[in-house]
Amino acid sequence: MRTSTRGFRRLMAFTAAAALTTGLLAGCAEDSDDGSGNEGGGNGGGGKTTLTVGTFGTFGYKQAGLYDEYMKLNPDVTIKENVTTRTDVYWPKVLTRLQAGAGADDIQAIEVMNITEAVETQGDKFVDLGKEVDKSQWLDWKNAQATTKDGKLIGLGTDVGPMAICYRKDLFEKAGLETDRTKLAAQWKGDWSKYVDLGKQYMKKAPDGTKFVDSASSVYNAALGGEPERYYQTDGTVTWDKSKSVKNAWDVAMDVATSDMSAKLKQFDKPWDQGYANGTFATVACPAWMIGYILEKSGDAGKGKWDVAAAPTAANWGGSFIGVPTSSKHQKEAIALAKWLTAPEQQAKVFAKQASFPSTPSAYSTLKPATATTEYFSNAPITEIFSASAETIPSQYFGIKDQAINTALTDVGILQVEQKGKSPDEGWDAASEEIKDVLGQ
Amino acid sequence: MSSSKEALAHPASSADAAPGDQPGAAGRAHGRGTPPPGNSSWRSRLYRWDMKASPYAFIAPFFIVFGAFSLIPLLYTAWYSLHNVQLANLDGQTWTGLDNYQNLLSSDFFWNALWNTFTIGVISTVPQLVMAIGLAHMLNYKLRGSTVWRVVMLTPYATSVAAATLVFVLLYSWDGGMINWLLEFVGIDPVNWRESDWGSQFAVSSIVIWRWTGYNALIYLAAMQAIPADLYESAAIDGANRWQQFIHVTIPQLRPTILFTVVVSTIGATQLFGEPLLFGGVSGSKGGSEHQYQTLGLYMYDQGWIIGNLGKASAIAWSMFLILLIVAVIQLLISRRLRKSQ
Repeated sequence: MRTSTRGFRRLMAFTAAAALTTGLLAGCAEDSDDGSGNEGGGNGGGGKTTLTVGTFGTFGYKQAGLYDEYMKLNPDVTIKENVTTRTDVYWPKVLTRLQAGAGADDIQAIEVMNITEAVETQGDKFVDLGKEVDKSQWLDWKNAQATTKDGKLIGLGTDVGPMAICYRKDLFEKAGLETDRTKLAAQWKGDWSKYVDLGKQYMKKAPDGTKFVDSASSVYNAALGGEPERYYQTDGTVTWDKSKSVKNAWDVAMDVATSDMSAKLKQFDKPWDQGYANGTFATVACPAWMIGYILEKSGDAGKGKWDVAAAPTAANWGGSFIGVPTSSKHQKEAIALAKWLTAPEQQAKVFAKQASFPSTPSAYSTLKPATATTEYFSNAPITEIFSASAETIPSQYFGIKDQAINTALTDVGILQVEQKGKSPDEGWDAASEEIKDVLGQ
Repeated sequence: MSSSKEALAHPASSADAAPGDQPGAAGRAHGRGTPPPGNSSWRSRLYRWDMKASPYAFIAPFFIVFGAFSLIPLLYTAWYSLHNVQLANLDGQTWTGLDNYQNLLSSDFFWNALWNTFTIGVISTVPQLVMAIGLAHMLNYKLRGSTVWRVVMLTPYATSVAAATLVFVLLYSWDGGMINWLLEFVGIDPVNWRESDWGSQFAVSSIVIWRWTGYNALIYLAAMQAIPADLYESAAIDGANRWQQFIHVTIPQLRPTILFTVVVSTIGATQLFGEPLLFGGVSGSKGGSEHQYQTLGLYMYDQGWIIGNLGKASAIAWSMFLILLIVAVIQLLISRRLRKSQ
């Protein structure tokens, strides 16, 4: 009798342990962001074609209902999206799959920081889309970025990231600053250092617990996006340390980092999201795609408090392409889908959903953000502000290791100055060391 | 480097498998009854072959899997480490000999990562094992609902690294994190945990400690329960109190177990990767702006997948493997010494 109760107890304990463990494991399973089932599609039952679309972050196709719409238009096509949240996880995976000639999706998204690497090293792994579309639909510089030396277009432009400044009207008012968007834009027009000057003014009367800007790195990225060049010359030689453009952006960022106006957050980090929710910073450099991000993270508390003004310089930050790998078993169907997804009408729908700005100028006249979005941003004329920026953005050349160099400058150099109290020179030297390591010098 | 773990595990498991399989095979061979006359020599040859080959067939699955997922990648990594291989151009390898290794030895980043791996390893392993012994000792007393306590001990181990680390990131958050809030409560200035040199290492270590202490405690507990009760009785008769019993009976009896946990924890510390990566958040592979908590594992990942220099990353992988071998040899020597002194 005694042994049987003990056996029973043990059984109960085991059951409890098992239940607890599965609960925990189930909780963790939700964290994995890797879309499962990455086989390159295959024919489902009844002659149906399954197309897979590999994306990162939030592309908005699913959110805007584009997949459903396409499947309704083409009943014999099923679309599956494989989303990886972070580009730095997404891109290495895509590179290996492209080169293995297997495992890539039928449509593969490419971020602008990676586009040159794709063009120069994976050009033969992508279908030439130049013959399939009317190239004049896109912004010229957008096409140029995705074109190989022999004239192949490996990706169709999705969105671009024309720059504006998003600011908290309520905090500006409390700090005794101008709140009108056109007057503000006029105050900092032409020079990011004027924007920084306004920040110094803000900090004199800053509302408790708030800073002027989220981070020095975001100002750096925004300022660099408005410069004529980045880290490379168009012939592929690295000139980042001699570039006047880089120096300009760096100096502005140093102004921010060495003052007290930065909330010292790291972009796309959890605390950054919380900063939006708690309203701990008054402005953020605002490429079009940031609008959707603010909507999501700032939530109801920020409604009607945010406003949008034109940025000091017309700049671009981010944007993507979609390409069709030659390894796709359904190239014809994939090309048709890629064409449809990037057509002006569809880009306008994504804009309406999450304000990702089209790379096709013909869509600009018809763009209408959702009313919820305009209301959230104090009825700012978002379309006009971003269109004006998009049409005057300088055409920048991205190099092969652009992303790694950029990370070295922002997450090593600027971060050391901003958060570890190093001097700007020390920060620059640390970034230089890092970039030498990146380039294998 | 999971391959090195396998490599260490493999002699043990093959040694277990071999004696276990042989009698079984033999028994089956005998059980088939007497062979019919006529082709007896052929039959007996078949039996003999069966007896000799079967054990190998039984252990083959392990070695096939080990070969496919550990040995071949291990050797391929060695091959890669002698080449210049870029992630974007896997087919265009060029032979560079020992350049990658030379590059590493002259790189500050490598030595920094090695040192970080060592310091974080010490900060996480030592308190973890000391606390584990203490907890095991307490669990070894007669407790109400002892099984519940043991299960609770094991729950951190069952949590995923990602989930646990995300929670710790929020706890250690500079602005509004709970730990800084508590510090402020007792009048200490908030610490920028992620960017401070020792603060970040401490924070990363605390995640490791939280996850592994219970696991080690259970291993110690199992060993403690195997200590014969009469040792404690005779110690009690000799007038030893509980603390003296712990020092003079429990610890010496646990010596092999302690050595085992030290070995396992050292291997784990050398490969530390997930915690610092996720603790760093965006571009976590840098391990902080000054690489203040970039471990060897992170440095390898950064070189291979973020920067795309797979050749150098392979060289780091092999360096880690060699370091583990050296550590294993040192531990072997120490354990021999200990056994002799006993």
